[in-house]
Amino acid sequence: MRPLLQPRHRSMLVFLAGLAIFTIGVTIAAQFGLVSTSFVKTLGKTLCLCLAALAMDLIWGYAGILSLGHMAFFALGGYMIGMWLMYARTEEIVIASLMNSGLPATPEEVQQGIATQIFGVVGASDLPAIWGFAHSLPLQLMLVLAVPGVLALVFGWLAFRSRVTGVYLSILTQAMTLALALYLFQNDSGLRGNNGLSGLQNIPGMDAVGQETISLWFFWASALALGVVYVLLHAIVAGKFGSVIRAIRDDEARVRFLGYSVESYKLFVFTLTAVITAFAGALYYPQAGIINPAELAPIASIYLAVWVAIGGRGRLYGAVIGAAVVSLLSSWFTGGRVPSIPLGFATINWVDWWQVLLGLTFVAVTLFAPKGIGGVFDRLTGVHTPDRKGAPLGPDDGSLQEREAQQ
Amino acid sequence: MNALLEVSGVSVSFDGFRAINNLTFNINAAELRAIIGPNGAGKSTFMDIVTGKTRPDKGSVTFGEKSLSLLKMTEAQIARAGIGRKFQRPTVFEDQTVAENLTLALKAARGPWRVLVWRSTAADADRIDALATEVGLSDHLARKAGDLSHGQKQWLEIAMLLAQEPRLLLVDEPAAGMTLAERERTTEMLVNIAKTRAVVVVEHDMDFVRRLNCKVTVLHEGAVLAEGSLDHVTKNQTVIDVYLGRG
Ligand SMILES: Nc1ncnc2c1ncn2[C@@H]1O[C@H](COP(=O)(O)OP(=O)(O)OP(=O)(O)O)[C@@H](O)[C@H]1O
Ligand SMILES: [Mg+2]
Repeated sequence: MRPLLQPRHRSMLVFLAGLAIFTIGVTIAAQFGLVSTSFVKTLGKTLCLCLAALAMDLIWGYAGILSLGHMAFFALGGYMIGMWLMYARTEEIVIASLMNSGLPATPEEVQQGIATQIFGVVGASDLPAIWGFAHSLPLQLMLVLAVPGVLALVFGWLAFRSRVTGVYLSILTQAMTLALALYLFQNDSGLRGNNGLSGLQNIPGMDAVGQETISLWFFWASALALGVVYVLLHAIVAGKFGSVIRAIRDDEARVRFLGYSVESYKLFVFTLTAVITAFAGALYYPQAGIINPAELAPIASIYLAVWVAIGGRGRLYGAVIGAAVVSLLSSWFTGGRVPSIPLGFATINWVDWWQVLLGLTFVAVTLFAPKGIGGVFDRLTGVHTPDRKGAPLGPDDGSLQEREAQQ
Repeated sequence: MNALLEVSGVSVSFDGFRAINNLTFNINAAELRAIIGPNGAGKSTFMDIVTGKTRPDKGSVTFGEKSLSLLKMTEAQIARAGIGRKFQRPTVFEDQTVAENLTLALKAARGPWRVLVWRSTAADADRIDALATEVGLSDHLARKAGDLSHGQKQWLEIAMLLAQEPRLLLVDEPAAGMTLAERERTTEMLVNIAKTRAVVVVEHDMDFVRRLNCKVTVLHEGAVLAEGSLDHVTKNQTVIDVYLGRG
């Protein structure tokens, strides 16, 4: 048998085929005007959220670390790419307007113009030091990965070294994202306070290209990124590394006695997933057009966990399906186009009630279908859960529960 | 000759309760040793100390020719230095197959980067087959460890211990849940292993200990009560009073 056609790779091949068909389908539909530009953007953004969910599944579903702070890395990635987008775009505008005034502009004047344009809203006129790389796309792209990566490395090192686990680690990650959000809300954070960065959908130098084309480019890039990262993570979890982190999820003390430094593995996975999430964010925000500190709200990271739970943790495709289904339903319900249900004494207005529905679904999935939507595929392919009389698969908090397992 | 493991003057208390009290214990590089003692004597706690799970309040624990102090090392470092452990309850990774469990234990680089690029060689596959055959699990390589019977899990854990190729094996109640025939197999195996490595076995079953035919250390209230051949220690009146007399 050819190695790629082994049964353990089948889910990946099916996933890639599905993703390819979906991408081509949307592209064709967009060409014929069957889907709007804004819907293409919604789909592209959804793919980015799926990418973040993949990372969440690696750290929670496979390594058992319930991080509730990963959307902070997502937003940081967005901020980093946003800085270049906003700087380069403003630079074009400033140069054009200085050109109109007749005299050729000096670099200082351009720089000053950009600073006033961007920071006028927060009453500043100097470019903060953290914008030092914003003029260069390659440098700023490097920061997309480096800033969240270093933050994750430092935070993870401190947390894992002191063997913080379970609920305490989750709370710590919530504190991290909240602290970062509060910091960014300040006007002197250097990132325009609560205004955030805007106009990110305008790609510098691409004025001639319409949004309908750019939206497709980003859609393709998002699909490609999702496919590539899926293959990468599949390779990781199918190998010995995956075996080690699943062992850590179920019984980390035992892994230590085999000679593995559990802390290094946790740090590795935490940082790797932070970087993947940041990369997803860097693809997401140019499609969203705007980013502000509200994106780092603790609830955003909790949603990420909810998606993975609803999709079924510990299965890569489960995370993608969960994120896609829930976030698309969410934009449908909150889009205001779902008819309200009059009950006589009250009306169910879905914009408000969607959250309640989502909350109830989450509770129902956790209680009655812990495998999530991914469990449907298990049933189709004839995979059963073991009969363990309710015992989880390991002593640790994050260990796989009986009904999440496959026989 | 220097002992492989030297534990001297070790004490540890849990909330004021002295679980280990000024314990001294040595074992040589190719020696089999049985530890017996009543419940709560501190046998498992002794293993916890050697493997780095519990830090003693005082005393020293050194290992190997260079007398490496184990007290400053993490559990993982101690395991890599060559000390393997089998727990009292069988602890295998229940969501993973027998083959995966053995692969995890197989002697190889343990760092994340090295593990990431690790690929199974023909030699690795042969070794896993050999280990599985040795403990009678060769037909179960593809099964999840959680599906195995209690006895089979014990065997798997013993095979994992061997896969690590440790210089010192600490084996906590290996025969629990095994049939008589399985116990005899286990004895044979442990005696065999002890020809090249140091093995410490904790066991309550006197017949099992007798078959091991080795030096015995009796632990009581966290200290060594008697040491010597089984016949020697079973004649000791205090040992009879605190341990053998009970049943
Ligand atoms: N982490 C701990 N916290 C508090 N007390 C402990 C801890 N670990 C062990 N003890 C106590 O130390 C004593 C020795 O326990 P240990 O498990 O070493 O006994 P043992 O000799 O292995 O007994 P058994 O034959 O039942 O396995 C017991 O009284 C136990 O309650
Ligand atoms: Mg014990």
